[in-house]
Amino acid sequence: MDDIKTLTLAGALEGLRAKKFSSVELTQALLDVMQPSQADIHAFVTIDAEGALAQAAEADRRRAAGEDAPLLGAPIAMKDNMSVIGQPCTASSRILEGYIAPYDATVTAKLRAAGAIFLGRTNMDEFALGSTTQTSGFGPTENPVARGCIPGGSSGGSAAAVVGGLALAALGTDTGGSIRQPASHCGIVGVKPTYGRVSRYGIVACASSLDQVGPMTKTVEDAALLMDVISGHDPMDATSLDVPVPRLADAWTGADPAKPLVGMTLGLPKEYFGDGLDPEVRALTEAAAKRAEALGATLREVSLPYSPYGIPTYYICMTAEVSANLARFDGVRYGARVPCDDVLGQYLKTRAQGMGAEVKRRVLLGTFVLSSGYYDAYYNRAQKVRTLIKRDFDAAFATCDLLLAPVTPEPAWPLGVYQDDPIRNYLSDVLTVGANLAGCCAMAIPAGATAAGKPVGIQLLGPNFGEPTLFRAAHALELR
Amino acid sequence: MEYEVVIGLETHVQLKTHTKMFCGCGTAFGATPNSHVCPVCLGYPGALPTLNGRAIRLTVMAGLMLGCEIAKRSRFDRKNYFYPDSAKNYQITQNDAPLCLGGHVDLPGGRTVRLNHIHLEEDVGKLTHRPGCSGVDFNRAGIPLMEIVSEPDLRSADEAIAYLTALREMMIYAGVSDCNLEEGNMRSDVNVSLRPKGQEAYGVKVEIKNMNTFSGIHAALEYEIARQTQALDRGQPIVQETRRWDPDLGETFTMRTKENAEDYRYFPEPDLPPVVLTQEQINAWAKDLPEAPAARRERMMKDYGIPEYDAGVLSADRALADFFEAAAKRSGNGKLTSNWVMAEVLALTAKEGTHVKDSALTPEALGDLLKLLDAKTINGPTAKALLPELFAQGGDPAAIVKERGLGQVADAGAIEPLVDAALADNPKVVADYKAGKQAALGFLVGQVMKRSKGKASPQLVQSLLRDKLS
Amino acid sequence: MAGFDIDRVAMLARLELTDEERTRFGRQLETIVAYVDRIAGLDLDGLDATLHGHDAGAPFREDTPVPGLPLEAVLNNAPARIEDEIRMPRVVE
Repeated sequence: MDDIKTLTLAGALEGLRAKKFSSVELTQALLDVMQPSQADIHAFVTIDAEGALAQAAEADRRRAAGEDAPLLGAPIAMKDNMSVIGQPCTASSRILEGYIAPYDATVTAKLRAAGAIFLGRTNMDEFALGSTTQTSGFGPTENPVARGCIPGGSSGGSAAAVVGGLALAALGTDTGGSIRQPASHCGIVGVKPTYGRVSRYGIVACASSLDQVGPMTKTVEDAALLMDVISGHDPMDATSLDVPVPRLADAWTGADPAKPLVGMTLGLPKEYFGDGLDPEVRALTEAAAKRAEALGATLREVSLPYSPYGIPTYYICMTAEVSANLARFDGVRYGARVPCDDVLGQYLKTRAQGMGAEVKRRVLLGTFVLSSGYYDAYYNRAQKVRTLIKRDFDAAFATCDLLLAPVTPEPAWPLGVYQDDPIRNYLSDVLTVGANLAGCCAMAIPAGATAAGKPVGIQLLGPNFGEPTLFRAAHALELR
Repeated sequence: MEYEVVIGLETHVQLKTHTKMFCGCGTAFGATPNSHVCPVCLGYPGALPTLNGRAIRLTVMAGLMLGCEIAKRSRFDRKNYFYPDSAKNYQITQNDAPLCLGGHVDLPGGRTVRLNHIHLEEDVGKLTHRPGCSGVDFNRAGIPLMEIVSEPDLRSADEAIAYLTALREMMIYAGVSDCNLEEGNMRSDVNVSLRPKGQEAYGVKVEIKNMNTFSGIHAALEYEIARQTQALDRGQPIVQETRRWDPDLGETFTMRTKENAEDYRYFPEPDLPPVVLTQEQINAWAKDLPEAPAARRERMMKDYGIPEYDAGVLSADRALADFFEAAAKRSGNGKLTSNWVMAEVLALTAKEGTHVKDSALTPEALGDLLKLLDAKTINGPTAKALLPELFAQGGDPAAIVKERGLGQVADAGAIEPLVDAALADNPKVVADYKAGKQAALGFLVGQVMKRSKGKASPQLVQSLLRDKLS
Repeated sequence: MAGFDIDRVAMLARLELTDEERTRFGRQLETIVAYVDRIAGLDLDGLDATLHGHDAGAPFREDTPVPGLPLEAVLNNAPARIEDEIRMPRVVE
């Protein structure tokens, strides 16, 4: 077997198909790296070694019987907010301890049908509320590349698992950058699909109108393999759209290898290159733009004038939805309960003890912006600003095929800092929330590293259902 | 002082669907607790709502029946509050953009009650209080409810009941709901206030929550009107509050006052895109709509020449009205058909404890039977004797009459010898008749009928007898 | 930010706060609210609100029952049960 840390999903599937190694061997190799890494990296909340090996044995039996499937025998890691039947699903919250999911999320069912193996559940910011994976109720995850630093979040466990060689690929969720930002900090690929492209059924909701599930992988090709499995209309999710699903693994076939981006216009949103941008991040992003130009793309500066309002708008819309989505965690039907003689006391204590500080802050903020007397000034206004932000993107995509921008204003920062400075944390989402507010697709790809060796990604953003173009450009631009 | 009563009703009507509003769980009443539940209606992590198309269609049909404007774009909202019977601690309802707007209910006697709107929402679970604890059953959680909100147009407890009765009749008629009061299919929140006669501004209103029997609503309203009248007469202000009716004590009690009102933090349900309806869709659903009972009553009076009373009885029951109309069309005699349905058919259904639609009697068979009667092919007694058989076993009346030779004899030449024989055998009765005893004629008719084995035309027999005796 | 009544909001959200949390969250939330308040100056007249992730209408589901969860699975997930119901402290209406 090749070095497990660099083995891609595509490479593993090739090896499995060529019978160079079995799924059991592959799974065991990953477990051998994963289990000792838990002590420091702590990428997983739950590891299902026994279940994974049993699924791998079954995949080997199927392959021996002549069967194949798109992901047959490939071990995948799931973020801890994704339902897998019979497994815990805590979204890294103490309040969901004891809960066992009695059903598969639609993406789980699709991966299962494609032959994937579920290794375990990756750590995350509690209920996906955070951008560092430090708000997890079960302790933080460390960045396997930039040691001592955050892996980003909220899908930090998934990013760490992929870059650390603990899983061939993983799924994450992105509400305001929660796939792209950890992908950037860990030097992997992370996709936020168009809203409505991938089913949300069975994913513990953070903010319903912003959440999307997406792949986190070592390469754009791997991301395409997973997207082709998980995309598509789901009757169980009323917000999933019934529109054609083009095969993304074919997105770059036929392109001129020397000039794959000929005919493509990439916009550089000037607001995303403002004063707050770290110089090294700026340099790496500009270098990526130059490479795009060299590969045939036309560059042009564009403006997203309402982006300075992105963070206020996002933190109003998101927390409002969060406050209602998290109301169900009350210790009545499942999860942890703090017993009390009266109902009110049981609610107050169960939620106080089961939820962490960042969750409480956001639930309080969301409750406030919806409350009587403040709804119009905050929630209602934010929905209208969201319209303006969406229009910004519509206007930009009228003149460009894609946008190219940095993912985060700065590289991964050390664990433990800014922990009690919410605004400082919120501002780190400034370049990613736009795509979620507008609903469009976006993707982070590796773009190099700082002098200190911290990975830095860039993001490409595309119009709604512009994934084929997004993947074509990403495939040409990723640094491997 | 004299006061005017002002009443408005918010009535929750359970829609007749097979599945819940937002998930595929069944809606059967009386099942084992927590046996009709799934991740969606239990509010499990990750579960999402989907829209029951039939619930939308039934609500639109109710709206069309009640003269509402159907919104081309309506929306669901979340109503946030914590309660153990709520699986998500928010209820999915329609706060801002309901499915049906306006509309009205016409009361017998001519008064019209305006509707504000009709919206769709989900029911909550059921709490059972036990010693030292409560139990929650989520079978009912997510059952589709249509909330019909009236304007404050009702002026008495009687009128409120008349409104609910008319509403119930229409909802059953349209097949929108069973409106089974015992199963809680129709529950009302009642808003009531008083104002001095002649004053335009409304008084302070009191809401009485969640009542499911008409007698309870009537009693609660009467109680509340008396309580408010007394308070106002004494110069005590009415407190805006929500009250609970205790049927055992026959009194209302404060549940919560306006100051303690919940802050529901309504906002658009992000998991459900808006409900978008085209005019074509609405028109297609409108085709399934039955005629409203009142309109049908009027039309049946005109089309079949039947009295208002008959039309009222027949139109109140959609299946019976359908039966009558089909039978009347077949017989070609509306009045005769109405008489037979009202007297003979309803007597049989009452005796058998069934509905005519569940009997073997088809409207075509009744129509054919009455056609035979109308054409004097058979006489009345024969028709009456055949009906129970058709009711129990069915069959083709014309074939039965032919097979058993039941056709009546209307040929004077064939009956005359029977008349003569009867006169000859009963000289004393003949003498009585001639002496002025009119009843004697009936006896003689009977004698002739007996001799004809019941097949003679009674009218013909009577006229032949009169001729011979004069 | 005037008007941020942390006790009222915490009660609506059913979160019991310690004194320390009350002070700390209160201070932090005032800062956050002041920050998000920067949308206050925008002219938003005549703009439609974006209420959903996309503009499409909701699809309708067939009214056909599908199997739900087995009773035991439901009761096993519940922290406490009483017969076939989920047990709660006595609810006073």
